[in-house]
Amino acid sequence: MKLKKRIPVIDQGNKLGFWGGKFGGNFVPETLKKPIEDLEVLFNKLKKDKKFIRERDKYFKNWIGVPTRFIKLENLTKHVGGAQIWSKVVSDANGGAHKIYNATVHCLLAKRTGKKTICGDTGAGYAGKMLSMAAKKFGLKCKIFMGAKDIARQQPNVKAMKKNGAEVIPVYSGSQTLVDAVSECMRFWVANCDTTAMCVGSTVGPAVFVRICGWSTSQISRELKFQLIDEFGSIPKKLKLYNCVGGGSSSFGFWNEFMDYDKKQCEFIGVEAGGPAKSKKHAAPLTYGSKIGILHGAAQYVNQNSDGQIEETESISAGLDYPGISPLHCFLKDTKRARYTAASDEQALEAYKLVTRFEKLRPSLEPSHAFAVAISESKKLSKDTIVVVNSCGDAYKDRGILEKRLGKKYVKSN
Amino acid sequence: MLNPISVAFKKAKQENRPALLTYTVAGDSSKKQSLNILKSISKNADILELGVPHNTPVADGSQIQTSAYRAIKNGIKVNDIFKIVKDFKKFDKDKPVILMGYYNMIFQYGENKFLNKCKLSGVNGLIVVDLPWPENKNFAKKCKKKSIYFIQLLSPTTTKIRLKKIIRDSHPMNYFISMLSTTGGKLKVSPNDILKNYAKIKKIDPKKEIVIGFGITEKTIGKLKSADGLVVGSAICKEISKSLKHRQNPVTNVSKLVKKLKSKIL
Repeated sequence: MKLKKRIPVIDQGNKLGFWGGKFGGNFVPETLKKPIEDLEVLFNKLKKDKKFIRERDKYFKNWIGVPTRFIKLENLTKHVGGAQIWSKVVSDANGGAHKIYNATVHCLLAKRTGKKTICGDTGAGYAGKMLSMAAKKFGLKCKIFMGAKDIARQQPNVKAMKKNGAEVIPVYSGSQTLVDAVSECMRFWVANCDTTAMCVGSTVGPAVFVRICGWSTSQISRELKFQLIDEFGSIPKKLKLYNCVGGGSSSFGFWNEFMDYDKKQCEFIGVEAGGPAKSKKHAAPLTYGSKIGILHGAAQYVNQNSDGQIEETESISAGLDYPGISPLHCFLKDTKRARYTAASDEQALEAYKLVTRFEKLRPSLEPSHAFAVAISESKKLSKDTIVVVNSCGDAYKDRGILEKRLGKKYVKSN
Repeated sequence: MLNPISVAFKKAKQENRPALLTYTVAGDSSKKQSLNILKSISKNADILELGVPHNTPVADGSQIQTSAYRAIKNGIKVNDIFKIVKDFKKFDKDKPVILMGYYNMIFQYGENKFLNKCKLSGVNGLIVVDLPWPENKNFAKKCKKKSIYFIQLLSPTTTKIRLKKIIRDSHPMNYFISMLSTTGGKLKVSPNDILKNYAKIKKIDPKKEIVIGFGITEKTIGKLKSADGLVVGSAICKEISKSLKHRQNPVTNVSKLVKKLKSKIL
């Protein structure tokens, strides 16, 4: 299995949509074959269309508010005493997280198809919130599927979705989290694909959804590349990019433009959700060597039992609480381009405490996982190493959990 | 030797009626009950579809999901399903049995090993919901070598060109999904429109048996009886759930329902 240079990773799949010959694909009911093929044709055409790119860039700039900041975390760096720790503050984006890029692109695509409704899944509620914002912006009706457990633990985002006019449909099946929300959303699409567009909230699902999402979030690394050159004159000799990985959309977008650099110069570190320290359950299929299987239309490493039933996950972070992982990350793991590890719930909370103590930055529980590993590894790294952590979400949505776990003083200034 | 599935269609045709296909989930509500249900409905059903329960079923509506989750909760494993089929075949060796499920279950078991077990236990056909054409080409070939029908799904969204290609590669039986829906949805298309679509598909190769499924209940089955075969699934799963809720015997209730379904297509 080999990663090719000078070809975007999203376009390195084979004819049937498999990366490395075995990750991804289109394991979908026959009914979805045609709508997926239509979407593929449209996306392949538009991603080469200068007018469409200009339109995308216009909305990214004027509505999402790109570029997001690239800042040095001076105090944290001093405290840790190793590598320079920087952050790409993607949570600056309109709505407070990277999910806005994919949501905007899907709505732009839906407008072209003439479909009047768009449906989507959500875990932490960011994908849903952003889709509801974009749908409102572009005049589409919006239906969001969300696990009942996630609805209870991510109320601020649920309120935002409703305020934007979206219908939030609670999913009570299975573990009542993201995995069930994605299943229910796909079911809804099976029954309504003639009138409704679907937005998969991450770089998961049938191949075309993986590609669209990766293409959209790559905005993050396009900006970062310029910002690095601006700051250092060139891409630093020792660069390490840390990102949390649930489905894998923010990390893929954070890394994409650096794919062709040697990993000795530019290393990618993906941090999965290890779950509670005392629990055997986790949401870290790459770290803990889960077997390849099929989930939501794509072959990927996925937590499952020997029979092939998908296993329940556990994580404090709703956005990472997913048993599978993007085929793109399976590909990056097996080609050894990226390295994957996990942080536990407790480590993420500690990192959140540390970051907020030293910096004016409030990473949500998802990027707090990335901070946990970045901080611990930075201690041992030289001062000329540039560590960048993607702070891809804002902690506002987590206030309930943070208050419960850390006490009131950690949410006061939100 | 002719596959018992084809024999069943022949027999139904001689009686001038469509074949009746039932769908129940293996292990619902328990391994034993599930076998008893098969035994009790086999005199009225022509072909028995047995669902391999999966916990992330992307094409199933709430009735079949409920059945599947119940079966999994009660501990059903793939090997138990083969055992149910084997035990059933001891009871009625000529009645065709089709396993229907999602690809991950087969993938984890290993395609070859799965097919060997199918053969040994007496499975006659397979429907894999999320392994569409052309992705299923290799697996379908393997099925053919074992004389097991791989049943292709066709949908109202399947384009004409695609229909032709799928049917060209297909085995003697195919499955037409009546409408855009998950299983168990309300019939939102008129039976006449469904039959019109059916006729278009049938014309491509009249020798291939086409069954219609999704949304078929006691109320609608009679209006579709000109098809080669009709599948009833969610309505049966619903009957099982209802029986359990009212502390009644699901075996007797399902048996009665299937008898009624049969009477509507005679």
